[in-house]
Amino acid sequence: MLQIQILIVFMIIAAVIAVESVDLLGAVVSVGAVGLGLSIAFLFLQAPDLAIVQLVVEILSLIILIRAVGIKNGASAVRERRFIGTSAVVICLGIFLIFAYKSLLEIPRFGSPIIGVAGRYLMQSLKETGAANVVTSIILDYRALDTLGEATVLFTAVIGVLAVVRKIGRKSKE
Amino acid sequence: MTEYILCLILFCVGLYAIMIKRNLIKIIIGLCIMEYSVNLFFTLIGYKHGGIVPIFSSLDETPARMVDPIPQALILTAIVIGLAVTCLIVAIALKIYEKYKTYDIREITRLKG
Amino acid sequence: MTLIVKTITRYTVGLILLFGIYIVLHGHLTPGGGFAGGVIVALSFVHLMLAFGRETAIKKMSEKAAGILEGLGAIMFLLIAFMGLTTGYFFYNFFRRVDTTETLVEYIGRPFALFSAGIIPLCNIAICLKVGAGLFAIFVALTFLKMNGDAAGDGEKK
Repeated sequence: MLQIQILIVFMIIAAVIAVESVDLLGAVVSVGAVGLGLSIAFLFLQAPDLAIVQLVVEILSLIILIRAVGIKNGASAVRERRFIGTSAVVICLGIFLIFAYKSLLEIPRFGSPIIGVAGRYLMQSLKETGAANVVTSIILDYRALDTLGEATVLFTAVIGVLAVVRKIGRKSKE
Repeated sequence: MTEYILCLILFCVGLYAIMIKRNLIKIIIGLCIMEYSVNLFFTLIGYKHGGIVPIFSSLDETPARMVDPIPQALILTAIVIGLAVTCLIVAIALKIYEKYKTYDIREITRLKG
Repeated sequence: MTLIVKTITRYTVGLILLFGIYIVLHGHLTPGGGFAGGVIVALSFVHLMLAFGRETAIKKMSEKAAGILEGLGAIMFLLIAFMGLTTGYFFYNFFRRVDTTETLVEYIGRPFALFSAGIIPLCNIAICLKVGAGLFAIFVALTFLKMNGDAAGDGEKK
């Protein structure tokens, strides 16, 4: 599909700008461009659920990243590595791409997926769960244990943030 | 096939940022880009040519042309987990900045009592 | 923030919250669901905080209230899962009534109605509470960190 290819090329360009930009605020905004391009790509790939979630998540993560960058005095004054390290990393990435290409030949081609258990879900979900949205009926009925695990991970992340941020009990060291 | 390769290149851009950059914010940006590319790859695998959205609009609609819903269901939870993990990393990075007054990872490795 | 931002926020923040609730309640009929709706609900409070400063948003929902709501969402989700054990297995759709001949499956409400699909809307509400309150708690905690940090002179300008 031509639309998807153009969108991914746009995302690659935005990602390169985000990685190589000297200005940290510009880099964060470029990450936002990558995420919004991904949202449109989801829409073209017939996944409106993912498009909505990606859009709102991107906005929130952009706000949080801007909060991290917003600190002044020389946050971007970090000198980068020299030529030898960069070339070694590029060679490693080239080797990785070659092997990844060889393994990509083994998976099903784009546009013709192997629909195994999903076929049964598509045929039966309206009858068995009564929900018109098949994705919702999968995440909350057929595979609800996955969602429970996801809720646990989210809970752990929230507790982690609150534990990292809190100030109580830290005074005695000073 | 071209879509898969472009997706891998996007993954490599993120990996490059993680391996080469010395700024903590740039490393977080690389992690975000890698996460996006993995999400996109899953959804690309589930796409079917001429497919339609896996949502019924009437009782007698045939599901034969719908795209694969399972990768979408997996990625839906993964996106929100990614946001929470990004928040955790940003909190740790801000804490590091508060202690060392810099985002440079070479300065952070230095011992500071 | 300036007067323009404050005035527009006063009109839009309720609409954003309403849209989040709509997305959650119609999660089993249209695209969306608990995750997207929860993030939109969190974004409405974040919007309030960005425009009016931290105190106004915390007056609407404090950090402690966000923690309680998140726990409530988690407990509600688990409770729904365990109530399935009374008639079947974990996460059994206990609003389903199966006929004796096992051919006719009925729900409370027809498909494509708002009150249908058994436990799925309830799970959506639980996940919305969990995701929205959790993300808002994270955001409040991050703003606290920035206020307490040494270099944070420019944070939270009104």
